[in-house]
Amino acid sequence: MSMTIIEKILAHGAGLEEAHTGDLVVCDVDMTVLIDLQFATMWTEPTRIADPERLAVIMDHAVPAPSVNDADGGVRAREFVKRFGIERFFDVGRHGICHQVIAENGLARPGQILTCTDSHTCAAGAYNTAARGLGPIEVYSIMCTGKTWFQVAPTIRYELLGAKPEIVSGKDIFLHVAGTYGDATNHNLEFGGEGLASVPMNDRRTIATQGAEVSADFTTFPADELCLDFLQQRIGERPVAVEADPNASYADLRQVDLSALEPWVARPGKVADNALPLSQLEPRKVDQCFIGSCANGQLEDLRIAAEMLRGRCVAPGVRLIVTPASQAVYTQAVHEGYVETLADAGAIVTNSTCGACFGYHMGLLGAGEVCITASTRNFKGRMGSPDAEIYMASPRTVAAAAIAGEIIDPRDILG
Amino acid sequence: MQDVIEGRAWVFGDSLDTDNMYPGFAMKLSAQEAAKHVFYDLRPGWTDLVEAGDIVVAGCNFGIGSSRPVAQLFLELGVAALVAEEFNSLFLRNSINFGLAAVTVPGAAKTIADASTVRLDVRRARIELVGDGAGLQGTPLPDFVLDILAQGGLLPKLAADGYLPTASARR
Repeated sequence: MSMTIIEKILAHGAGLEEAHTGDLVVCDVDMTVLIDLQFATMWTEPTRIADPERLAVIMDHAVPAPSVNDADGGVRAREFVKRFGIERFFDVGRHGICHQVIAENGLARPGQILTCTDSHTCAAGAYNTAARGLGPIEVYSIMCTGKTWFQVAPTIRYELLGAKPEIVSGKDIFLHVAGTYGDATNHNLEFGGEGLASVPMNDRRTIATQGAEVSADFTTFPADELCLDFLQQRIGERPVAVEADPNASYADLRQVDLSALEPWVARPGKVADNALPLSQLEPRKVDQCFIGSCANGQLEDLRIAAEMLRGRCVAPGVRLIVTPASQAVYTQAVHEGYVETLADAGAIVTNSTCGACFGYHMGLLGAGEVCITASTRNFKGRMGSPDAEIYMASPRTVAAAAIAGEIIDPRDILG
Repeated sequence: MQDVIEGRAWVFGDSLDTDNMYPGFAMKLSAQEAAKHVFYDLRPGWTDLVEAGDIVVAGCNFGIGSSRPVAQLFLELGVAALVAEEFNSLFLRNSINFGLAAVTVPGAAKTIADASTVRLDVRRARIELVGDGAGLQGTPLPDFVLDILAQGGLLPKLAADGYLPTASARR
């Protein structure tokens, strides 16, 4: 019987010939990622673990430590990796937001299963991986046993048609999907189609990351030549792609004409059924603009921000915060001159961390403030006061808002 | 696991996200302290009213958002079970893995009045008003998942299998 990408990967992980909607499968997990918060909040050092080769530890959410509690977590993390011989340890200085570090280091591979204690682990679906976020206890359990279970959800297939215009980013594609089709709770998302070739890897990862924002289980992409080239550069070999069978069964088939898309924006609170084309949004002044996170702190996002800000200034009374997704992105952005351009324009370029995105440290919003963000989430209170408003858009649109002091079409800035 | 739970229902709406229940600022606190901020903006003061054995009933897409262990905070407050018309899967797993029953019952939030006393049969996924007898039938959890719940979540099993140092095995 025909299978979707995710059904094939889960079947393989469970040692089965096939897996289909509704099946409960117990899978070997190929790579598990622990993050710093795990060590700061509920850590008990285990007596033994399944396999140090299938484990990575990444410091990202609260670095450099903004509190003694977080610092103590760092101490426990370093003790743990030393005791158990974990080679894939990304400590502060060679760290980054886990999903960026996973991508840079080829930890997510086609056909494999990857789990991590962060809800945006679906990001690695961009690399043809079955990846999802799980709670801290479950990730701890997988660290110990090497296994977990999944109940195969029905899959919604997005068929991308046409070619993506330059002005449209992965964020706009995702916001279009979320605003048009709403939540996908207890469903998987699979993207594909002839239009995919026009969507670069960074945009695919933005889309996959945000699958969590429509409540999806797994979000996956096929591994085309672009994806395989990306992975080969990082792991030194060309992996084998997992493709959906031609007659695979989908809960729904939805077409997206990329060539017809324009910049999109989400209103505050959520993205599902709450996003619209930017051209339809009423005028809105902003206090803070943020470009960062696992979704949009990639080098390409910083390049776009720098291009927008080159020779221009952040508007008076507006704050623009830019957070590179990893130390590697940060150093590349320095070498490329993006950091200089952004800083000259009045932006704050921070160290790599999840800090501002989840309102834990740095760049919090006060009551009554309006923020437009190219990050992962626009929940009420997510970035500080519950009485602040968080709009969401692409890095280009966020940069345009920083320049204009209000949410505008970036093409109005570019002229 | 308690198979049948009787308690007061606290009824909430759709798409309650994890920031509603476990806001970023509460992540800096102990679970005991963080629990005081559940629904801090949506229903201020709720954590002073909720009592041990109560049941939280929500609408669709309950728990969209992060992997923050909200279940741990509900357990701190004494909440005995979660019922929703639809759960976000990460949120549901988090609850089960902490040993907190999470039962999907379509129509629950629309049918059950806030503050009513309900009887929840966790294994059969059935909820009814006490004294009324009229019930709603949900989708039972797979036996595999009920077993995790029956064991009190993942930690007792890990402890029994010797993965945890014995002193920390107790919860």
